[in-house]
Amino acid sequence: MNICVLLKQVPDQGSVFTIDSDETWVQEDNLVFTTNESDNYALEEALLMKASKGGEVVVCTLGPDRASQTLKDALAKGADRALFLRDDAFDRLDSLGAARAFAAALRDDSFDLILCGLQADDTGEGQLGPMLAEQLSLPHVTLVVQTELLDGCIKIKQELEGGWFRHLEADLPALLTIQSGINKPRYASLKGIMAMKRKEIKQVSAADLSLTTGDLTPHQILKRLYVPAKTKETQFLEGSPDEVVAQLVEKLANEAKVL
Amino acid sequence: MNMKVRQMGMTVRGLDYANISILLTDEEILVQHTTRDFVEAEVLPVITKHHRQATFPHELVSEMAALGFLGSNLPAQYGCANLNSVAHGLLCQELERGDSAVRSFVSVQTSLAMYPIYALGSEEQKRKWLPAMARGEVIGCFGLTEPDVGSNPQAIKTRATKTERGWRLSGTKMWITNGSIADIAIVWAKDDGDIIRGFIIEKGWDGFSTTDMHGKFSLRASVTSELIFDEVHVPEQSQLPKAEGLAGPLQCLNQARYGIAWGSIGAAMACYEAALKYAGERIQFGKPIASFQLTQEKLVWMLSEITKAQLLALQLGRLKDRELLRHQLVSLAKRNNVWMARECARLSREIHGANGIIDDYPVMRHLMNLESVYTYEGTHEMHTLIMGEDITGISAFE
Repeated sequence: MNICVLLKQVPDQGSVFTIDSDETWVQEDNLVFTTNESDNYALEEALLMKASKGGEVVVCTLGPDRASQTLKDALAKGADRALFLRDDAFDRLDSLGAARAFAAALRDDSFDLILCGLQADDTGEGQLGPMLAEQLSLPHVTLVVQTELLDGCIKIKQELEGGWFRHLEADLPALLTIQSGINKPRYASLKGIMAMKRKEIKQVSAADLSLTTGDLTPHQILKRLYVPAKTKETQFLEGSPDEVVAQLVEKLANEAKVL
Repeated sequence: MNMKVRQMGMTVRGLDYANISILLTDEEILVQHTTRDFVEAEVLPVITKHHRQATFPHELVSEMAALGFLGSNLPAQYGCANLNSVAHGLLCQELERGDSAVRSFVSVQTSLAMYPIYALGSEEQKRKWLPAMARGEVIGCFGLTEPDVGSNPQAIKTRATKTERGWRLSGTKMWITNGSIADIAIVWAKDDGDIIRGFIIEKGWDGFSTTDMHGKFSLRASVTSELIFDEVHVPEQSQLPKAEGLAGPLQCLNQARYGIAWGSIGAAMACYEAALKYAGERIQFGKPIASFQLTQEKLVWMLSEITKAQLLALQLGRLKDRELLRHQLVSLAKRNNVWMARECARLSREIHGANGIIDDYPVMRHLMNLESVYTYEGTHEMHTLIMGEDITGISAFE
């Protein structure tokens, strides 16, 4: 069972965010970065599968130099090797561009499973997994909350809206996006940390993957990032009950115009 | 605010005012992350209850062992993680940020039970005990201090008399961390020639008993016991062959003191972090008490001392890994950093006002713990005199 887990390094949710001067991203100088939450669950699911079925767990990320931290953390937790998509041409890709880059990197490896987190905590799009699956012509299931490996296929429990679940079976190879809470992600053991430095992090560029500018040109551009302006305000009515009722009726009639 | 400068490398979690992260390797930082995450998720939710009830958190042992916390700086061939000294120090720091009792448990197991076997034991003893101790299946303790003997261990009264089949051990040890929960005790006793020797004493041997010490106001989540040896027969193969004289136990204590120099920083960090948070939230005279100069001075003092202590501990670790660490420098760091932590705990308690004495906040627990840490593993005063002797050439205690 050879599994690839896609990881993304994102700002820690406890960070204080400041929008940068061109209003298209946040200032990164004072941020602490960490591995995307649901990606940790995807990694743990892969490591559990490896423990029961054997094989190899490969972790893969795309990002700036600092994103190698996320790979090292995953290697310390037990992943066998890492693939790092690193190129200035990969800066600010949209989901489709990222999916094309990952597809180019993973196409020649024969993974039985590709696991991703449900969505990235920074952009929150949740599109990369399905797009990558389409690029690689793999069946995919999103919002996975339970897995069971069988011969040549995998049984999946998928979370739907309103507390409903759906049970599915997918042929392998397949791509799943994993919901947080599916397992209990492990800590990196001290032995795992010491073994990390002997593991390979292979860095690949856009040229290595034969990706053209056209492949990576974003179709979706973030025009402006801003903190929502405060447009609503709660009013507290004061006075005796009769006075408050009178004020409320006046406001409903003249301000809200619902009477 | 904990400002982070822009950098490509990993950073430690939490307090790092001087950006010490850039002086650390990725492995060292990952050890800090694992321990920090473990303490946040597993230790902090249960430690107040254990402190209040004066119970040892047995439930933490198996996971700490699985993560490699026990004997972490010993070689891989004995089932250990083979951490360098800085990574081991960061482990101690993070554990003590949780509670001194948890760090003490790990320190005793690692530095005072496993290390003596590793450094002074036979290959057979190492193979027999160290892997099982790393797995947490065998817990150890260290018996040097006696009811009448503390700072002057040369005066111990416990006797090891040579017999035909080994040794006969008699005496009493006191203030022994992990004493009654230990499966083996590393015990120091004088032979017929008044030479101090070390023995591995196993639980259940005839004549060996333990009693727990109660009524402690400090290290309440740690087991502290008296060990009683009444003519205990010790087979020859349970003697530590390379231990001869006081240098044996002192060598072990030096390892533990090194861990304390780091651990105390963790306790200080916890107190500082709590004080900073509280000062920002507590409103008096219409504004947060953090806006008062007196409060700011306390916070700044704490942060300054913590930062200095971090740099000192780091330098100690680098020297230790290059085998350049003199024991007098360990005295300097143990003495300074525990004192610093105790002062931080007091200042944090002051900032917390009356709330500081309630165990809704971690401060009083750390303050009470640090009273023990200030005194154990060489008192603050003895470390002063060790340094005094080192710089003047004149011993003030012998």
